[in-house]
Amino acid sequence: MAEASQIPMPVPAPRMSRVLDAAIDRGPALAAVAGLLLLWQGVVWFFEVPEYMAPSPVAVLGAFQDNAGTLWLNFWPTFLEAALGFVAGNLVAILLAVWFVHNSTAERAFFPIAVFVNTIPIIALAPILVLIFGNGFAPKIIIAGLICFFPTLVNMVRGLKAVSPATLDLMRVLSASNWEIFWKVRLQSSLPFLFAALKIASTTCVIGAIVAEWIGSNFGLGALIIEATFNFRSPLLYATVFTAALLAVVMFALVSFAEAKLIRWKSSDIH
Amino acid sequence: MVAVEQHTAAGNPAATPDPGAIRVDHLDVTFAEGTVVALKDVSVEIPQGAFVTILGPSGCGKSTLMRAIADLVPAARGAIDVQGQSPRDARADRNFSYVFQDATLLPWRTALENVQLPLEVGGGGDAHADPRDLLELVGLKGRENALPYELSGGMRQRVAIARALVTKPKILLMDEPFGALDEITRDKLNEEVLRIWRETGTTILFVTHSIPEAAFLGQYVLMLAAHPGRVKEFMKVELPPERRLADRDTLEFVQITAHLRKLLEEC
Repeated sequence: MAEASQIPMPVPAPRMSRVLDAAIDRGPALAAVAGLLLLWQGVVWFFEVPEYMAPSPVAVLGAFQDNAGTLWLNFWPTFLEAALGFVAGNLVAILLAVWFVHNSTAERAFFPIAVFVNTIPIIALAPILVLIFGNGFAPKIIIAGLICFFPTLVNMVRGLKAVSPATLDLMRVLSASNWEIFWKVRLQSSLPFLFAALKIASTTCVIGAIVAEWIGSNFGLGALIIEATFNFRSPLLYATVFTAALLAVVMFALVSFAEAKLIRWKSSDIH
Repeated sequence: MVAVEQHTAAGNPAATPDPGAIRVDHLDVTFAEGTVVALKDVSVEIPQGAFVTILGPSGCGKSTLMRAIADLVPAARGAIDVQGQSPRDARADRNFSYVFQDATLLPWRTALENVQLPLEVGGGGDAHADPRDLLELVGLKGRENALPYELSGGMRQRVAIARALVTKPKILLMDEPFGALDEITRDKLNEEVLRIWRETGTTILFVTHSIPEAAFLGQYVLMLAAHPGRVKEFMKVELPPERRLADRDTLEFVQITAHLRKLLEEC
């Protein structure tokens, strides 16, 4: 009977079998990565590819070991720029989305400008910002923020509007104020949309920070990439690229963790 | 027709001592700047404490009438009186609650938190019932902390009913609340709505497109005709207020549904 349907309670599995399950779960991915690394190493050996052209995984690992200090020192500025850009860009986007949802004139006035700003290639914007703000942190944070801004704005506007007409009727019958509708309904129902955008932003903000460092910087992973490339230090270049990717993965994991903590519900609109 | 006592559709202007729970007086509702007439010259008086089902073909404005009473759509002409007040004032005073076809639960709130919602918004109202008692009343004791997605469609609608009752409304407007449920669940909830009606003494207006549901639940059936939506008939169902599902197999009940079906075909 439909009435009595209950969600089965998960049975806690013994510790060992859970570890085993996880290994089986990730097994194919781990095997694929290991296979690709072996293939890479094999190709470099077999064709005797010069190290400056394409270093072997072993050489890259060596670069990690030799340049650990340099990598660590340059990791932090990039992390800081990406994280601050992420916070600033998304915060502005969220506040703007809230404004747009409550004021359609504002949306019609400023949304086209937001689209226009989004169409300017970041790589073209970077030199302009460096000219204005110099070589410090500011232009990097701004670019990391700009790259986050647009997807979050679009998604947040959609999310805040994604309230069913029936729910709005309910709130009207309850004589709820606009503020109450925003606080009790709109904000919560926008969260899945917001996090979809934040996940994109969590990795693009790292790209933004690195691109900004290419233009004018003597610190950060972006600057290290440029330096390693020009000096044909290919193993260091690869190690830097992997570090940048690792940074993006960490940002993504942090956002996913926050999402899992904040959204414990599923939509029940389906009958 | 032995079991059916017919009433005239137009409201009797002669004043009665009890003004009735809801009085609709020559109501017109139009959409699209008057080009679509949803309701035309509807007059009806709902007695205090009555259970009235509203039946009619699709497009007859059943829901529109409910929404007009609930101040969700404006009247183009005529007047509506809810507990002696305008719909807007009645809404502000929490004199009625509305149950929609969708349970419209907030998916991030537990069953209990959903029932508490009316107490947190719009000033909260004066009177309120204990949300836990209400969940028990609708048969959801023990599921207070379940999130909506963990509940079946029928359970979600039970939570919606508990939420509607939390402000102790004098009137309960139910707009096809069980339309999306399977028949077994619907039958069970029908019996429970009757029980809740008897226990709380609330006036209930219940829109349905099911003839058996209309006859089983209603003390009165308000039949609307379509194009434009107007009152076809307002009739009393001569069955005892205490009803069981098995009563639907009795001759009296079948006579009533046969009569309703005939009326519906004329609409």
